[in-house]
Amino acid sequence: MISDKRRTLAMLGVIIILALSAAWVDLPSNPGLHIHLGPINIDREIELRRGLDLQGGLQVLLEADLPPDEAVEPGAMEATRIIIEQRVNGLGVSEPLIQLSGSRRVIVELPGIEDPERAIETFGETGLLEFIDAGRTFLPPGMVVTTTEEVGVTAPIVPTVTVTPTVGVELTPVATLTDTESITPTPAAVITPTLPSEPEEPTYETILTGRHLVGATMGFGDLGLLEIRFQLNDEGAALFSEFTRTHVGQLMCIVLDKEVISCATINEPIPGGAVRITREGGFPPEEAESIVIRLQYGALPIPLRVETNRTVGPTLGEDSLQKSLLAGVIGLSTVVLFMLLYYRLPGFLANVALIIYATVVLALFKLIPVVLTLPGIAGFILSVGMAVDANILIFERMKEELRAGKGLRLAVEQGFSRAWPSIRDSNFATLITCAILFWFGSYFGASVVKGFALTLGIGVVISMFTAIIVTRTFLRLIIDLDVVKHHRWFGV
Amino acid sequence: MFDIVGKRYWFYLISAIVVVPGLISLVLFGLHFSIDFTGGSILELQFEESGVVQPAELRALYGEYGFSDTMVQSSQGSIFLIRSKTLDSETKNTIQGEIEERFGPFTELRFESVGPSVGGEVQRRAYLVVGMAAVAILIYISFAFRHVTKPVRYGACAIIAMVHDIFVVVGLASIFGVLYGWEVDALFLTALLTVIGFSVHDSIVVFDRIRENSRRYAGLPIEDVVNHSIIQTLDRSINTQLTVIFTLTALLLFGGVTIRHFVLTLLIGIISGTYSSIFNASPLLVEWERRPDLLIYALSFLVPPVGVAVGLFLWFRAREPSRPWARGCFVAAAIGAACIGGLLLLAMVMQS
Repeated sequence: MISDKRRTLAMLGVIIILALSAAWVDLPSNPGLHIHLGPINIDREIELRRGLDLQGGLQVLLEADLPPDEAVEPGAMEATRIIIEQRVNGLGVSEPLIQLSGSRRVIVELPGIEDPERAIETFGETGLLEFIDAGRTFLPPGMVVTTTEEVGVTAPIVPTVTVTPTVGVELTPVATLTDTESITPTPAAVITPTLPSEPEEPTYETILTGRHLVGATMGFGDLGLLEIRFQLNDEGAALFSEFTRTHVGQLMCIVLDKEVISCATINEPIPGGAVRITREGGFPPEEAESIVIRLQYGALPIPLRVETNRTVGPTLGEDSLQKSLLAGVIGLSTVVLFMLLYYRLPGFLANVALIIYATVVLALFKLIPVVLTLPGIAGFILSVGMAVDANILIFERMKEELRAGKGLRLAVEQGFSRAWPSIRDSNFATLITCAILFWFGSYFGASVVKGFALTLGIGVVISMFTAIIVTRTFLRLIIDLDVVKHHRWFGV
Repeated sequence: MFDIVGKRYWFYLISAIVVVPGLISLVLFGLHFSIDFTGGSILELQFEESGVVQPAELRALYGEYGFSDTMVQSSQGSIFLIRSKTLDSETKNTIQGEIEERFGPFTELRFESVGPSVGGEVQRRAYLVVGMAAVAILIYISFAFRHVTKPVRYGACAIIAMVHDIFVVVGLASIFGVLYGWEVDALFLTALLTVIGFSVHDSIVVFDRIRENSRRYAGLPIEDVVNHSIIQTLDRSINTQLTVIFTLTALLLFGGVTIRHFVLTLLIGIISGTYSSIFNASPLLVEWERRPDLLIYALSFLVPPVGVAVGLFLWFRAREPSRPWARGCFVAAAIGAACIGGLLLLAMVMQS
């Protein structure tokens, strides 16, 4: 008995800790998780993510604009997704979602976006890959530049170049551009990153664009070092040959959608259109691959068209959120009141369990994170019903056992053990439908369907936990403390 | 003590009164599928001043751009919901510019557009999903009741109750579609599947008790065992039902407009699920024991080809009382075929 009591108390402690940490996660002003302990570095913001229908925003389903019988390479779709992701990041949307759906579609979700039309234009267009004349300025990757875009037009503003004294080679990730014919790797020109000294942004001349590019690969050069190779078409080859002849020793940068990918020094004139970019010590494989992908797919590899488009204005979203919150509060209070009136003491305990339930579920929503939609809220509220149902099943069983003349302790234990198969079997049926719905919702980007399935599913699982662990521990504790003498407390 | 099992035919009748009109409406009018399933566009606008435009004027404006069968609903005088064929963003901009010029400034509350090919695919996928759910539940029930004698009965009765609830929900969707223009969208499908899950949930709770009691009171007639089990679980059923009704009603009254149909569908379906598990599924277990012929007749009536097949099987299985049952099957199948054929004929006449 003593060990039983101890175990119950230990369980109570676990429940309290769990509830408190869940409550901490639920705090609207939660500072997020920032743990720095030796090698462990965790930085995570914890916040409730609201779906498009609750905060407004845009969801589009883009489909490959190709004849239906034409196969789409899987790699090409993945590359498309990555490129769209990069472009969306440029829009400055918080929590965008870009994912592939099937073999021909990409789903893009941008919550809280102000101008959906412009957004679609930004990430849906095929995109521009350019090779620009950087003069003698090293442009760091990621820098956004202005270009002439039209090939062969001289830039109106020639950037002033500030040459600073050589720093070490290790500080200068400058690739060298070498002729395919050259046998020995030419030493890299050492130029340090510099900031343009004048405030106005220079405009760089575009030498080539993506349409001049035939293909790009990576390979090992003569010294076994990783290098990038690409092939130009005839027009590109002619332009490039002319340009490299007059700009030896200067820099040329690869720019995608106005963002610098990589810069290389021109070592000598390159005729023929077969180009190799080498680097002292060779390219790291990841970087080479990334550059090759962007050379290959700088423009979206597949033209896309908007197949579905859902835009929710921010006012409608905010309104829906307020209303569902109100409805949730009213519904839950009614349930709490009902449980209290009908089941007395166990009802009160069940209500405490219910509050712990709601706290834990909400914390899970924030941690996973679940994107909360209107149907998602409905799913959550419905799952509260399930949580109550589990408790009711147990209490009704207990009452029966009490009426049958059993002692309190026995009635509690039997109430639980007899009700459990019902709870388990019946909830499993709901979980099956939730799983099917989740699969269906994921398929065509119906985040409302997915949200509902997810919240209801999580709710059902946690409800089983609270009914069996939390309510049971509470009841045992009450009996152990021996404060309850009358069956009347149990509504019998 | 209530005698639910004894009055079971009254409860079947109540079910029939609810289900049959819905089924008739379903055959005659079908369902209004939303753009989720058919493709198309919805544009929701709120004008800054109310009363500046009539729905007919907006419809006419869309007509000028070649969107002939456009539907416009208005609420509160200033909010308009326009359903049309799929608009591309260029046409949408043109039309919106035109609306602003003619009728005054507005805010775009919502815009949804689904291409026709996606819509068709989603619709096919939706049928697949309902089928999958039914099969998965069937497998699950036979698994959950594998230790009971005659598990097929429990499974079949739970499935009948589930089909009852599907008919209630889909039938009501059809009737509301005719009366109030309700549409069947992805959320409706979600509600339907949830109802399926809950229906089975309720049936399992009652069956679980029957399973337990039939062991305990092995000597008693099955009517008493089933009735006793229903009564024992009645408190739980009603109380669970009440909590769900409380929460969903709150959501219905105070929640957002966009999920109102969804919540109402859930509410009706869940009530139907509890009803069918108590008043249909459990008494059907008794029926199976006492008058299995009635069940076969009912099946024959609903699905005449199956009735004919079963009838033929019984006729040639030379065991009593096969012959009279087979005759009953044929009669029921004939009446069922006549009813269904008549309805389909009526539907065709109405369409032409």
